Amino acid sequence: MVYGKQQWKAWLYLLPALILLAVFTVWPIINTLRMAFLNDYGLMSELGGVKFDIGIENFLKVMQYSKFKNCLLNTMLLTVLTVPISTFLALLISVCLNSIKFLNRFLQTVYFLPYVTNSIAIGMVFAAMFNIVGNIVNPDLSNPSNIIVTKGIINNLIEFFGGKPIVWLNAGSTYAANIAVMVTYIVWNALPFKILVLLGGLQSVNKQYYDAAKIDGTSKARIFGRITVPLLSPMIAYVVITGFIGGFKEYSSIVGVFGESMGPVGDDGRLNTIVGFIYKALESDSQGRASAAALILFVIIFVVTMINLYVSKKRVHY
Amino acid sequence: MKVVLQNLTKIFPNRNKKIKTGVTAVSNFTYEIPDGKLIGLLGPSGCGKSTTLYMISGLEKPTDGKIFFGEDDVTELSPENRGVGLVFQNYALYPHMTVKQNILFPLQNLKGAEKLSKNEMLKRTVEAAKLVQLDELLDRKPSELSGGQQQRVAIARALVKMPRVLLLDEPLSNLDARLRLQTREEIRRIQRETGITTIFVTHDQEEAMSISDEIVVMKTGTVQQTGAPQTVYDDPVNLFVAKFLGTPPINVFAGRISGGNVMIGDDAIFAVDGEEDREIWVGIRPEGFIPDINGKLGCELQSIEVMGRDISVVSKNEASVNPVIRSIIGSDVTVPNSGTVRFRLKPYKVFLFEKNTENRIRTELKPL
Repeated sequence: MVYGKQQWKAWLYLLPALILLAVFTVWPIINTLRMAFLNDYGLMSELGGVKFDIGIENFLKVMQYSKFKNCLLNTMLLTVLTVPISTFLALLISVCLNSIKFLNRFLQTVYFLPYVTNSIAIGMVFAAMFNIVGNIVNPDLSNPSNIIVTKGIINNLIEFFGGKPIVWLNAGSTYAANIAVMVTYIVWNALPFKILVLLGGLQSVNKQYYDAAKIDGTSKARIFGRITVPLLSPMIAYVVITGFIGGFKEYSSIVGVFGESMGPVGDDGRLNTIVGFIYKALESDSQGRASAAALILFVIIFVVTMINLYVSKKRVHY
Repeated sequence: MKVVLQNLTKIFPNRNKKIKTGVTAVSNFTYEIPDGKLIGLLGPSGCGKSTTLYMISGLEKPTDGKIFFGEDDVTELSPENRGVGLVFQNYALYPHMTVKQNILFPLQNLKGAEKLSKNEMLKRTVEAAKLVQLDELLDRKPSELSGGQQQRVAIARALVKMPRVLLLDEPLSNLDARLRLQTREEIRRIQRETGITTIFVTHDQEEAMSISDEIVVMKTGTVQQTGAPQTVYDDPVNLFVAKFLGTPPINVFAGRISGGNVMIGDDAIFAVDGEEDREIWVGIRPEGFIPDINGKLGCELQSIEVMGRDISVVSKNEASVNPVIRSIIGSDVTVPNSGTVRFRLKPYKVFLFEKNTENRIRTELKPL
């Protein structure tokens, strides 16, 4: 503690950080609240001298907007699908990585690479893998009169194993196919961080627990379920909670795969998310609606995180 | 169940992969542990005692040699098929399970014919908890227990499946002095009550001597001496064993045999027959000194430490290897306050060792 006359020095040192926080964090939060509760707020209109009434019209409009419901649905679907899949896969991979000696370091690096790669770039590679290049106005891929340059690596693989090619993300693709591509991409993108956290957790687990289990003749499955998972539970909880938060903020991955149209050609915005909705609203000078949507997103994330914390308190040991 | 170790050897690969010769942790260990006895594996850190224990448990595979439990060769068996209980140095209690769940865990692993009913498992768990006097704390988590209690949970967990052999790795090293004393009595009691052949590892000679039926003194992977604690203490085979056992430690002097006399500095302390003149080590136990004006060994008095029951005389001698000589003497004996103090020596507390090999020279010490 610094007492009396010395206190101003402490404040002086804190000042630069405080100013930055006030300008870039505190004020935007306050301003978001203000804009959300001013009916039909728009920055340009405000600068033009328009006065706004206080009310909840922005929220009502956002909720009634069918595109917002679509965004909400997409966001929820992607989150609910990707968080469990990526967490489970990450757990499996990190346990495997932890149990091998040969190539361990090398593989750790390989698994971590997506983390340091730009997500738009990854998205474009994924798009190329699933993309069909050529005449696909008529999406009948078995019709030889369609001139197809490539059906994409994934379709090539499917055909190699005797399956029928699927229109993943071009015009005429189904919603399910789009979601399947997005889930694959998001899971792949989310794995490195989760593996990193879980592997770190695994490496700090005392090896003697496993020796003790071995002496007692514990089966591999029981060691995993009764020892590894409980001991990792704090890390798993962390990964799940941050996964949910990240999932609800999904946006750039869809831009990466589908571009700014946020959907296959001819169906713009089919895969739009809440953040995408906010972004579009900002572009069209509807900061009021954007703020309202942002607050709704905040409430959703807050509630989900609270539920997560409540569940993990019961499930996370020590 | 007797445990027989036959030429047990463990060589770890060298950390530096270019060097082909490995590090020998245990070398040619042969020993028969009688049924129902408590055996202490004793030695300084890195002497291979824990490795030996892990080989008996099956967690480490011996490079060479065989292990028998009774008449069964268990060398190739995996840990779970050996029927051993192991208590780890840090106890390795599962932190997310209660005491009850921890003790229950090994029982739940049993399969096939050994499988127990839920009631039977619970009964065995409560019995094991009672044996270590923890039956009131069954619903606690390990973090809510003291070190000593955690230790007892670990023992209960090792005992609950009624192992053929109980192994303890430095069981007392994480406990404070008072608890250590209590717990070692506890281990002794539990071992007596269950009659399970028990092997425990320690670097604390006092601990090993106080509760073991037999001790095995090890140094850099090789067994130095085995036997009942008192026997080993009274009759060490070499300088290492003599130095390792006893607190305060044995006093070692650079001496020599000259003209049929054992000499320390200029003092001839004993006569010996048929020994060549040569440099030797002379070890004298602290309790082997008796202050006597006509004593043969003269030392410079440093200080006298009163310990109640007896006194500790701290003195110096140029030939002494230890910085000071410590002798324990009954408090009824008077010692001069300063100057030279002379000691008469008890012959059975004095040991002679070869200068080079440090092996014991077995010869009768005759008073001059």
